[in-house]
Amino acid sequence: MAVQLEFLKSILYFSALGLAELESIKKLVFEKTVDRAEMVLLEGESAENLYFVASGVVKVFKTSAEGKEQILSIVRPGESFNDVPIFDGGPNPASARAMGPVLLYGIKKNDMEAILRDHPQIALNIIKVLARRVRHLVSLVEDLSFKHVIGRVAKILFEHVGGEMGLGPRLTQQEMAAMAGTAREVVGRSLKALEEEGAIKLDRHRIIITDKEALQKIMEVSS
Amino acid sequence: MPVIDPKKCDGCGLCVGVCHFNALAIVNNIITIIETVECDWCTDCEAVCLTGAISCPFEIILQKP
Repeated sequence: MAVQLEFLKSILYFSALGLAELESIKKLVFEKTVDRAEMVLLEGESAENLYFVASGVVKVFKTSAEGKEQILSIVRPGESFNDVPIFDGGPNPASARAMGPVLLYGIKKNDMEAILRDHPQIALNIIKVLARRVRHLVSLVEDLSFKHVIGRVAKILFEHVGGEMGLGPRLTQQEMAAMAGTAREVVGRSLKALEEEGAIKLDRHRIIITDKEALQKIMEVSS
Repeated sequence: MPVIDPKKCDGCGLCVGVCHFNALAIVNNIITIIETVECDWCTDCEAVCLTGAISCPFEIILQKP
């Protein structure tokens, strides 16, 4: 199947270009079909191509040392992936796998550089794409470092509450951080967030659980 | 009040600098709490201490209905 000019026009990268310019770029675009669950890119390998999803969906993710996957983004038709290593020359920062049958349009790294030189007006749109990517990743960092920790911190409070005499173990934020597997600063923010939710009240050296049900709900929702 | 381990304190004075209420001072090269009424348990002193000499443990209690 031939690379579709209308599809190229719909990609944000190239939306500022006219038909003649798109025709010249089209010659540098190749098609690649990928089967479900097939790996498109491997994290750490050298990057050779910039990809646009023409149809289907691609999952971009990182894999931890324990083999756990962390999804960074879901790439849908019209969107690109592997932009970063194409522009900064480094290795693939993440892996990519097809979530179903996928049709990709690819541009080789050297060809992308030539396109930028010949059509510098696409630079602004590329910046917009990358800026949106950064905004998305910042939000993801916030989710990963914050939202789930609140649940773990809630659990720690629940499990260490003092008995009838009020005498339970006294915990520093550092100790809570070690239990929750996070940084001390994040525990501090989590405690403030729990207070804003009305589940606890911070009264100098005391954490008062004011709404046990709310605390339990936060534990369950964040797990 | 914050708990001080004098064996860990190296007298750097970082905690004194961050205390909003001037509750801390270095006395004989060791951190000392000189005022506890104003301390609002912000835990900044604990946060800046590199040796863990000062800590601010929380008591967790359940509010009675």
